[in-house]
Amino acid sequence: MDDSQSTLDVTEAERELDSRDDVPFHAPATAEAAREAVREETATAAVAAASVRRGRFRHLLPSRSGKLTAGLVVVGIIVLFGVVAPFFVQSPSDSDNPSLLPPSPQHWLGTTKLGYDVFSQLAWGTRGSLFIGIVAGVVALVLAIVFGVLAGYFGGVIDEVLTLFTNIVLVIPGLPVVMVIAAYVQNAEGLGPLARSSLLVALVLGITSWAGSAVVLRAQARSLRTREYVAAARVAGEKPMRVIFVEILPNLVPLLAAQFLFGIIFAVLGEAGLSYLGLGPTGSITLGTMLNDAQTGQAVGTGAWWWFVPPGAVIAALGAGLSLINFAIDEVVNPKLRLAPENAKRQRKAAKAGKGVADSGAFA
Amino acid sequence: MSFYLRRVAFYLVTLWAAISLNFLLPRLLPGDPAKIMLGKLRRANGGRPISEETVQAITSILGAEKGMSLWDQYVAYWGRLLHGDLGVSSTRYPAPVADLIASALPWTIIVVGVATVISFLLGVAVGAWVGWRRGTRLDHLVPITTVFQSIPYFWLALVLVAVFAVQLGLFPIVGGYDVFAFPAGPEWSWAFVGSAVYHAILPAATIVISSVGGWLLGMRNMMVSTMSEDYVVTAEAKGLTPRRIRTRYAGRNAAIPSLAGFGIALGFVVAGSIVMEQVFSYPGIGKLMIQAVQGLDYALMQGVFLVITLTVLAANFIMDLVYGFIDPRVRHNG
Repeated sequence: MDDSQSTLDVTEAERELDSRDDVPFHAPATAEAAREAVREETATAAVAAASVRRGRFRHLLPSRSGKLTAGLVVVGIIVLFGVVAPFFVQSPSDSDNPSLLPPSPQHWLGTTKLGYDVFSQLAWGTRGSLFIGIVAGVVALVLAIVFGVLAGYFGGVIDEVLTLFTNIVLVIPGLPVVMVIAAYVQNAEGLGPLARSSLLVALVLGITSWAGSAVVLRAQARSLRTREYVAAARVAGEKPMRVIFVEILPNLVPLLAAQFLFGIIFAVLGEAGLSYLGLGPTGSITLGTMLNDAQTGQAVGTGAWWWFVPPGAVIAALGAGLSLINFAIDEVVNPKLRLAPENAKRQRKAAKAGKGVADSGAFA
Repeated sequence: MSFYLRRVAFYLVTLWAAISLNFLLPRLLPGDPAKIMLGKLRRANGGRPISEETVQAITSILGAEKGMSLWDQYVAYWGRLLHGDLGVSSTRYPAPVADLIASALPWTIIVVGVATVISFLLGVAVGAWVGWRRGTRLDHLVPITTVFQSIPYFWLALVLVAVFAVQLGLFPIVGGYDVFAFPAGPEWSWAFVGSAVYHAILPAATIVISSVGGWLLGMRNMMVSTMSEDYVVTAEAKGLTPRRIRTRYAGRNAAIPSLAGFGIALGFVVAGSIVMEQVFSYPGIGKLMIQAVQGLDYALMQGVFLVITLTVLAANFIMDLVYGFIDPRVRHNG
């Protein structure tokens, strides 16, 4: 009885998804206009995904996805490297080594101009970048929840004000703002040890990058608000905060996870750019400061590829791994992306087996 | 009509917010940028005191007037802005900030603009094709694009320079044109244009490679969803040629969100390549911004930031209007 009930739920949700007009678009389409168009549709997807989840939890887990596995493995290795490796390598600021050695058994990734071991710098840099990414990701996520979910849930004047503020932050270009703030803060006394620490860099990156997530979350929250179970909770006299935390947020978990991962990617890339320009944290090693050192040390001109290639490669691998995980989440939230290629493939197979389906045209 | 009115109002408010942010940052953050800036100007002037007018320009931009209320400073700040007076640069003393920006702007707009257009067309075309052939081996392209998207684009620039400029010697390493062949600066001649194009290939390639994946992915996903629409089934049932269905029915509708994204990308043409310009020492807006930030040339920095913000807002605004035209739904749902 229980089982058949949940199967029914699932098919219903899928039918609902298939009948939708539009679909969320995850490329850089952040225009207010585009958002308005897809907002309602996006929201429907989340609700559908939510009802799938309530029906049968296993459907939430993208079990058969190779993308998820690959992403988790890559991210896992990098995180493990950043957490564990610093304990086993020589000090990253030990300049006793000969300078600009190419990779060798003693120095796996060679040495820098100042004689630092690149492998040990990479280990510490990965740790530093991960720290900044996670702190900035958390800050951005919290701000996105405050501005997005509150605006979507309460509606009315609160929504107008919060959304206006979100859109303003969204439109003002991020990296230049961060550069301007960093330039002022760089020479400011009165911040004490916080000035130009990696914590401050992470905070600035988090504060400037939450707006996109807030827009997505607002759309979902706005739609969830109209669901019966939320209305029931309200009628039962639950306080707004409790409704948000108990009824709304749990249904946003896949989205929150995706936004958090995006936040980490954005922050790691942002830190790398900022540090490359010489505006990064001063006291600690990150992948970005390594690239900055390589640039000031003429690594490109002298052909010292082992100095500047590894940090960028780690950033690219981390970003790719996190995006793969996001893909897997995306296919849960938006089953059309998963089902349509599968159906096309099945149809093509049937045509090949001579089952009388057209083997050309749009559907093959 | 109210759609357009609301958009205009929104962008006016945003513009006001951006300029006010520019005004407040140097005044509210700890430190005294005006004092630093004036000190730098004095040194740039050979130790001689600088003119009263320059001092006033700097203090009204960065704020140091003692006893002047914040509101009076704010009014004075707006007055200067509306006259187009952005102060004097200290790193390139005594050039006015506005002139420096005007000479740097074309470099960035042409190279980044052309690269953005190429990347968009390429990404959308390939994305439409991959989406059309969904469920085939082409689907493996999708995860590969993420790798390209996750590469820090300035690092890609470094690798390109190391391989093609340093190792193979095919392209110049830095600069926007051959400064030895044209010591007098930019001029209008075929030789100069040739030199500029030659210097622009690697920077443009960097932008195309790092941004094409995003267009491809977005278009592919839209294409996959559009292909399961009823009107595509109808078109197929009517016996239209696959090509007609692909371009006129599915592709056209699937490209709408990409077009919106394209508007935004155009806005970020001026802002989006700051770090790339640093790698190539390209004489554009980004390089100017970096110079300003590194030399603590706050007046120049504010001016560049203002120009960047203005272009982003303008591009977004135009795109919103165009979008309301090509997709009437947003005018009613918004």
